[in-house]
Amino acid sequence: MEHLISLFVRSIFVDNMIFAFFLGMCSYLAVSKSVKTALGLGVAVTFVLLITVPVDYLLQMYVLGPNCLVEGVDLSFLSFILFIAVIAAIVQLVEMIVERFSPSLYAALGIFLPLIAVNCAIMGASLFMQQRVTMPDTNSQAITCIWDALAYALGSGIGWLLAITCLAAIREKMAYTDVPRPLQGLGITFITVGLMAMAFMCFSGLNL
Amino acid sequence: MSQIFSKANMEALTNPLNLNNPVLIQVLGICSALAVTAQLEPAIVMGLSVTIITAFSNLIISLIRKSIPNRIRIIVQLVVVAALVTIVSQVLKAFAYDVSVQLSVYVGLIITNCILMGRLEAFAMMNKPWPSFLDGIGNGIGYAIILVIVGFFRELLGAGTLFGMQVVPDWCYEHGYVNNGMMTMPAMSLIIVGCVIWAHRAYNKDLQ
Repeated sequence: MEHLISLFVRSIFVDNMIFAFFLGMCSYLAVSKSVKTALGLGVAVTFVLLITVPVDYLLQMYVLGPNCLVEGVDLSFLSFILFIAVIAAIVQLVEMIVERFSPSLYAALGIFLPLIAVNCAIMGASLFMQQRVTMPDTNSQAITCIWDALAYALGSGIGWLLAITCLAAIREKMAYTDVPRPLQGLGITFITVGLMAMAFMCFSGLNL
Repeated sequence: MSQIFSKANMEALTNPLNLNNPVLIQVLGICSALAVTAQLEPAIVMGLSVTIITAFSNLIISLIRKSIPNRIRIIVQLVVVAALVTIVSQVLKAFAYDVSVQLSVYVGLIITNCILMGRLEAFAMMNKPWPSFLDGIGNGIGYAIILVIVGFFRELLGAGTLFGMQVVPDWCYEHGYVNNGMMTMPAMSLIIVGCVIWAHRAYNKDLQ
């Protein structure tokens, strides 16, 4: 239980997808113009992460890992293709399910859902999960069972949601400030994210 | 011969280097541009890998563009890209193991690098193979240039070295020069990219 909570909290603050690994940066910069849409995308990313990471975990444990499918065969070089196929398929599936059962949520998420398939935060979480599976049990970052994978996915998703909502709020305020012309738009956004990342660095010693 | 290097083809190659740079103008592929640039060597390897993958995925998708059903084109594109990335990743592991360990998950994340999907959707799906190939090379090099610039400043100011060799002479340190450890932190790469964008837009006035 302690391990689960530690994994969850650390993946929100210390191993934050945006500020520590820069994953999902493209959509992070493109969609953070207003808090409302940012929140929508954040929820969608968390949702998809919660499904894809555990599925990829099971794939890694029972199909790809050494000696899983066939004795003496390590299929992990196939993981890129399999993971991305799983992600693309699940995003498509989630899109259809949401459209069928909750048209209002579907309308709110709009174009973001299909875009999530190529969001590096989703793929990145699966690849980090694959790295962490091989860590020894004593490591605080290790993922040893499916509940760990779930906690890691939820934490990463919430961390991403937190980051994009904060940036959107700052950018809404920044619309009223006097920024030098060449720096306007993209330039100042980068510098803002840099300062936010520095602020998040103060969590780096956090250990539960 | 003149057709192969016609004006339009050359523009496909040279435009992404400056006025239509994938990182500075199209804001694509930021994640890896920030994460692998703490030193110059992984930055160059990453730039080369992305150039090769963009060029060949553009070529392959452009060759089969007429036979891809529109509804499943994203999955087809992802599979082609994932196959190429797997090849590059295996080659890196075989011939440049140290760098591939340094790049860790970011090699796999080339699959979800937005430059690839962006160029495939915007260029390769509607153009002939040869211009698509050139466009891929151009965008890859445009991306690599930014990586090299950021990597150069981060390694020089952060560690006083280039390619792992010391360039700041010893007498500087004796007179109180200190490496800026902040530069090796992830947060500073965001700020450096912000400054590069600033300089680029200040120089090209019509982009503001």
